[in-house]
Amino acid sequence: MDVGLMQMQGRLTDYMNSLFKEGILDSQYLELHELQDESNPGFVVEVVSLFLTDSEKLLDDLSRDLTQQNVDFKRAHAQAHKMKGSSCSIGAPRVKNACIVFQNFCQEKNIRGCLRCLQQMKQEFVLVKSKLEALFELEQQVVAAGGSLPKMQPINPSV
Amino acid sequence: MSTSQALSVTSLKGEVTALVVDDDKVSQVIHHHLLNILGIENHVVGNGKEAVEIHLSGKKFNLILMDRDMPVMNGIEATKKLRDMGIRSTIAGVSSHSVSQERQAFIEAGLDDYHEKPLSVAKLLSVVSKIMHKA
Repeated sequence: MDVGLMQMQGRLTDYMNSLFKEGILDSQYLELHELQDESNPGFVVEVVSLFLTDSEKLLDDLSRDLTQQNVDFKRAHAQAHKMKGSSCSIGAPRVKNACIVFQNFCQEKNIRGCLRCLQQMKQEFVLVKSKLEALFELEQQVVAAGGSLPKMQPINPSV
Repeated sequence: MSTSQALSVTSLKGEVTALVVDDDKVSQVIHHHLLNILGIENHVVGNGKEAVEIHLSGKKFNLILMDRDMPVMNGIEATKKLRDMGIRSTIAGVSSHSVSQERQAFIEAGLDDYHEKPLSVAKLLSVVSKIMHKA
């Protein structure tokens, strides 16, 4: 077998393991991969791209909403609920958890808490976005070299 | 259960039809694909009002996957409305991270089943098995 390809696959596996270890991705991400097949080879990229686009817009909306004279905490809570759901669906637990904390501040009508937490949500989002983009880049390299993507088991499955 | 195992267990092509009711595009794509894998022909709508309207147009489905939190008309209202209309399809509520009172209110609206998001092949198969028993 091509040594270069094996090394690439090894790098991909190590990278995936690091993402699970850091809690950036969880087993739900692997569940998505289970749904990808020859008839729908771009399924994971499609779903993740949707998540990234929708979340980016949602975070912009929240930034705007929290600077209003009379903050609509109910609307902000609902927006965070959406992002919580979609981040859970793609297996991004740190983003999901930041959304839950944000929702708690919304229920308390704690604007300072919301603003602080929004920064946290943005940081976690930017982090998962860059990690996923790097992951897709590695996967593309493996596939372009004629290899198949390794089957993964998460090192630290989330509870 | 892997998708290939799921396919070997059951092929529902032509037997079951489904309606996905969810405002979140990520959930729409995942649930649409999950149903396709099981050979279940399915439609997707973005809120409860659209779910009611598609039924008023004369369409029927064996299974409705109903999200709870949606704009215009949420899953609780839509479920009650559909039951009032005499719709006896299997309605499975799906929601992310609910407290027990919210879950109970949704179930009491007329659900046959309830699952936390995200749906998996295994969860969907357990829902579908209820349809087959109902038939």
